[in-house]
Amino acid sequence: MHIYSSHVLVCSGTTCSSKQSILIIDKLKDGIKRKKLNEKIQVITTSCFGLCTKGPIVVIYPEGAIYSNVTLNDIDEIINEHLVNGRIVKRLLSGDNNENNSYETADFFKKQERIALRNCGVINPEMIEEYIAYDGYQALGKVLTDMTPEQVIDKVLDSGLRGRGGAGFPTGRKWLFAAKAKGDKKYVCCNADEGDPGAFMDRSILEGDPHSIIEAMAIAAYGIGSDQGYIYVRAEYPIAVKRLNIAIKQAKDMGLLGDNIFETDFSFNLELRLGAGAFVCGEETALMTSIEGKRGEPRPRPPFPANKGLFQKPTILNNVETLANIPVIILKGANWFKTIGTKKSPGTKVFAIGGKINNTGLVEIPMGTTLREVIYDIGGGIPNGKKFKAAQTGGPSGGCIPASHLDVPIEYDTLIELGSMMGSGGLIIMDEDNCMVDIAKFFLEFSVDESCGKCPPCRIGTKRMYEILKRITEGKGEVGDIKTLEELSETIQAAALCGLGKSSPNPVLSTLRYFRHEYEEHIINKRCSAGVCKELLDYIIIPSDCKGCTKCIKVCPTKAITGMIKEPHIINQEECIKCGACLEACPFGAIIRK
Amino acid sequence: MGKVNITIDGIDMKVPEDYSVLEAAREVGVDIPTLCYLKDINEIGACRMCLVEIKQARGLQASCVYPVSEGLDIITNSESIRKARKATLELILSNHDRSCLTCNRNNSCELQALSDRLNVRELRYEGEKTLYPLDLKSHSIVRDNNKCILCRRCISMCKNIQTVSVIDTTERGFYSNISSPFDLSLNDVPCISCGQCINVCPVNALREKDDTELVWDAINDKSKHVVVQTAPATRVAIGEEFGLPIGTRCTKNMVGALRRIGFDKVFDTDTGADLTIMEEGTELLHRLNNGGKLPMITSCSPGWVTFCEYNFPEFLDNLSTCKSPMQMFGAVLKTYYAKKTNINPADIIVVAVMPCIAKKAESKRPEMSVNGLADVDHVITTRELAKMIKEAGIDFHTISSDHYDDPMGDASGAGVIFGATGGVMEAAIRTVYEIVTKKPLDNLDIISVRGIKGIKEANVQIGDFTLKAAVASGTGNARKLLEMVKSGEKDYHFIEIMACPGGCVNGGGQPIQSSAVRSKYDLREERAKAIYAEDVKLSVRKSHENKLVQKLYKEFLGEPGGHKSHELLHTHYIDREKYPISQ
Ligand SMILES: Cc1cc2nc3c(=O)[nH]c(=O)nc-3n(C[C@H](O)[C@H](O)[C@H](O)COP(=O)(O)O)c2cc1C
Ligand code: SF4
Ligand code: SF4
Ligand code: SF4
Ligand code: SF4
Ligand code: SF4
Ligand code: SF4
Ligand code: FES
Repeated sequence: MHIYSSHVLVCSGTTCSSKQSILIIDKLKDGIKRKKLNEKIQVITTSCFGLCTKGPIVVIYPEGAIYSNVTLNDIDEIINEHLVNGRIVKRLLSGDNNENNSYETADFFKKQERIALRNCGVINPEMIEEYIAYDGYQALGKVLTDMTPEQVIDKVLDSGLRGRGGAGFPTGRKWLFAAKAKGDKKYVCCNADEGDPGAFMDRSILEGDPHSIIEAMAIAAYGIGSDQGYIYVRAEYPIAVKRLNIAIKQAKDMGLLGDNIFETDFSFNLELRLGAGAFVCGEETALMTSIEGKRGEPRPRPPFPANKGLFQKPTILNNVETLANIPVIILKGANWFKTIGTKKSPGTKVFAIGGKINNTGLVEIPMGTTLREVIYDIGGGIPNGKKFKAAQTGGPSGGCIPASHLDVPIEYDTLIELGSMMGSGGLIIMDEDNCMVDIAKFFLEFSVDESCGKCPPCRIGTKRMYEILKRITEGKGEVGDIKTLEELSETIQAAALCGLGKSSPNPVLSTLRYFRHEYEEHIINKRCSAGVCKELLDYIIIPSDCKGCTKCIKVCPTKAITGMIKEPHIINQEECIKCGACLEACPFGAIIRK
Repeated sequence: MGKVNITIDGIDMKVPEDYSVLEAAREVGVDIPTLCYLKDINEIGACRMCLVEIKQARGLQASCVYPVSEGLDIITNSESIRKARKATLELILSNHDRSCLTCNRNNSCELQALSDRLNVRELRYEGEKTLYPLDLKSHSIVRDNNKCILCRRCISMCKNIQTVSVIDTTERGFYSNISSPFDLSLNDVPCISCGQCINVCPVNALREKDDTELVWDAINDKSKHVVVQTAPATRVAIGEEFGLPIGTRCTKNMVGALRRIGFDKVFDTDTGADLTIMEEGTELLHRLNNGGKLPMITSCSPGWVTFCEYNFPEFLDNLSTCKSPMQMFGAVLKTYYAKKTNINPADIIVVAVMPCIAKKAESKRPEMSVNGLADVDHVITTRELAKMIKEAGIDFHTISSDHYDDPMGDASGAGVIFGATGGVMEAAIRTVYEIVTKKPLDNLDIISVRGIKGIKEANVQIGDFTLKAAVASGTGNARKLLEMVKSGEKDYHFIEIMACPGGCVNGGGQPIQSSAVRSKYDLREERAKAIYAEDVKLSVRKSHENKLVQKLYKEFLGEPGGHKSHELLHTHYIDREKYPISQ
């Protein structure tokens, strides 16, 4: 392997590549070649660094300088100043004060702890050598040569690792059940279906560090006595699919997959299965049904997959992020792992932060970090000086956490107590401009659309709840609607067949719990104080501020505004369709929304 | 089978370890409500009506799919269970075309019965309703998705049991629905019209095409001579429509009612069955003696014939060229009988009462006619006949008649047993044995081909020849058997195949029994018992001894397999493409 003295890492994640990071890579490579530095400096395309709002991101090692908002015009300066003369280009540094420049100290990263994301953005995911250089496949080697399957499971049990796919089931226990189950054939599956709206944690790992998943699955297979694995990955992740395919091939070529791995009598084969993008296929039994080639629908449990899973054989299914922790736990030990996070939820959790927050992107934090730290220290607070209203975790299965609980440490059990759940790691921040009824409606609509239709509580129940919420946001709410919503929620939670249905009322219940007054305001006063629900708003011209410039008249699509030039205008509420065009157009701020 | 100890509502009990909680509960007299569950056929836990609490598990659990295990502690009646079941049912009803008064399943509907049982008196959750067009294109079957509750019993039946697979769930969530590939009509897909899906549907989402009005019209048309023939299996099932126990023989009531309804003559398809045995037996012997295509496979089940045409065209030459008994008898009625009674064949309307809906489609096949006249004009099912009897105000329980009409009313016990799987084989053996050996068969009961097993085999000694025979019922079993024959694993001379599991006694036109009843009784077994009881009671039990059949050959047909027979009683088959591109 060639040794380079410097590495230039350029993010090719979704956000950065939408801002020309691919061209930046080309230009960097070109420039470095022209300076004849290409023997010394390597340009590496990486996956998401997690600093999406500041992309494109370029990181240069060994200095660890993080350049943000890099454009094509900055490339020559980076090459000449940094790479040729060794002077850091301070104006491009990402820290809030320009001293805070290294990976370890930038505000965004200070409170993070990167275990699952350890290699993301650090190694070239298409080169197995780099993974190996960062201790890759050492854990597998250790497991196969030094450990019995029982010891492997004990170690995972001891680490206290809990499933990162949402439910937080102890991974070691799951493996133990499958190890004990009798079967001539056993399977190890990886859940890479990531379907929550806005989530891309697993995708980043798959794109940035595919070998860690392969290694972990092989370790799991050894632990439970399996020789065949499947990675169920959504077809909408073409880069992840490509890199997994490359990684599988490389691992096979190097004898790290296939028959007699490390010259032991352990064999493990791995195949990809592409999911068509139905959210419900992330549910474990539906995922297995889908791998079997049938319509991806959940089936009742018991029998549990550990006894009768894929093709009715003992099977374990783990989330991508769960698996990414495994090799590190094997190498560094359960005790080390337990020093991170909390007692009940050891380790870290990756979140995709989005919504009303300054730094959107991926973060990996130790469990037990408070919401306040995530939002204000890591996330940089709420933009435009707005007030924080709530954080939504767990996507369509989760709920909203209000400001009064900002100091609650984030871990599985606390979130459930608050009426939300960890989920797979979507974290959406909402400010005073968000209407909580509207938010509930948004998530419920997602569940309605994604319901597989097998059982009536979910198929019809969520639809009925959505219809009621829709009415409420349109000003047609009735007294009694809240009770009906609660009744239906109770029915669906109790009676639905799978987790999708059972958890679909959560966004409604949690907003009812913390923001009941907003529902009542919509239903009784027919008002939406956040100003979101169109049908409940009035656009009004304040006569004293209106200069009669007629700009609003020109933009109004329904000719709802009348008034003589230089005289205060007036909006006819019957005609107004609440498009908001006039408010934008008024140069004097005379139009308000109420 | 090991046993486990469980507790249901505080009652300790020991049950076989392969029981579900639902089955166990029924043993202690707890009748847990169900909708999607159908024993052995559809156990998918979809409808959520059977929810119970299980101490060892979180939340409510579907008892129909929850396996018992040692120490399981179950509660079947609690506030939360009651609320969840009722609300779920209300949700189902909120998207259901609730037109019970004019519904074909009024009073025989599991959804309706359950609403009553759970005391649903108001619907709290009204909202959007899905609206689907009716599928009316097929001759046999009507689909009305506005009545469908998505229990998926029909899919399990069509896909897993019959292995026809022409219906499945499409779309998602609120808009999921049962449909055929490319949204085609059931008429335009390789549906074999076995009607088994109808029999398992708890509601009126699937039903036979109702032809009773056509029959009433014919009866009321004074210029027509309307004769009716009744298939063997109808007589042992129709009583169920009038509340009689499953397996009650009602031949006399049925014949009496038919006459009262106003048919000019009431005949028996069993006569046609005797004729079929003469023809088919002769064909078998001819194939055996002249190196013909073997194994020969029976062709009296139109569901099976269609299945073969779509799925096993390579076996079409193995199919007996004999028409089915219904068609043979129709052809004879419009020729021999017409001549004998001096009625213009064009003025004869032949109505057939069948346990079957495939017969509706069969009667419409262009090959099933002579001189441009259809052998059979109208086919109604056992269920449709029951409706006619009720509409006519006939008291089924008291009406009675001793005999079918002359001159075509004679039939043998061999004809009767056509109604159960293995019956054709048994009837054929009774005749072929005696023709070949010229000796009377000592024991007419060929037990090895009886019973509800899906595939049965028998080696029958006929003189010094051993006839290797096999019997399959249900097209899933037929598929299995034919694959074995194809691969050379099995080798037979003669195979009987019936499309419906258990044969015509369990045909797609027979009375529908609820899931609860089907869990308790095996309809196939109970009805078949009645069939064999009917056989024993008859004085003539072999087709070739049927006086009428003998007379028919002497006066009209000549020899079995002769020229006239071929013209009237035999047919041919078509290699059908499943999904022709031109569609
Ligand atoms: C509707 C639904 C969707 C799910 N989607 C995912 C998913 O996209 N990825 C995932 O890892 N787990 C998902 N899960 C959770 C899985 O069922 C399962 O619990 C998980 O993959 C187990 O892995 P873990 O123990 O490592 O978390 C979903 C669950 C439900 C009910
Ligand atoms: S809860 Fe929803 S997604 Fe799950 S099985 Fe029922 S209908 Fe399908
Ligand atoms: S909100 Fe839109 S429709 Fe209403 S007055 Fe302003 S521009 Fe016209
Ligand atoms: S299917 Fe049943 S519930 Fe529906 S309309 Fe018919 S009888 Fe009534
Ligand atoms: S009639 Fe038979 S083949 Fe046709 S859909 Fe129903 S079960 Fe399937
Ligand atoms: S058609 Fe009948 S059997 Fe099929 S899913 Fe609908 S209700 Fe159930
Ligand atoms: S087995 Fe009988 S009822 Fe079924 S399709 Fe064949 S003839 Fe009809
Ligand atoms: S879920 Fe048990 S009967 Fe439908």
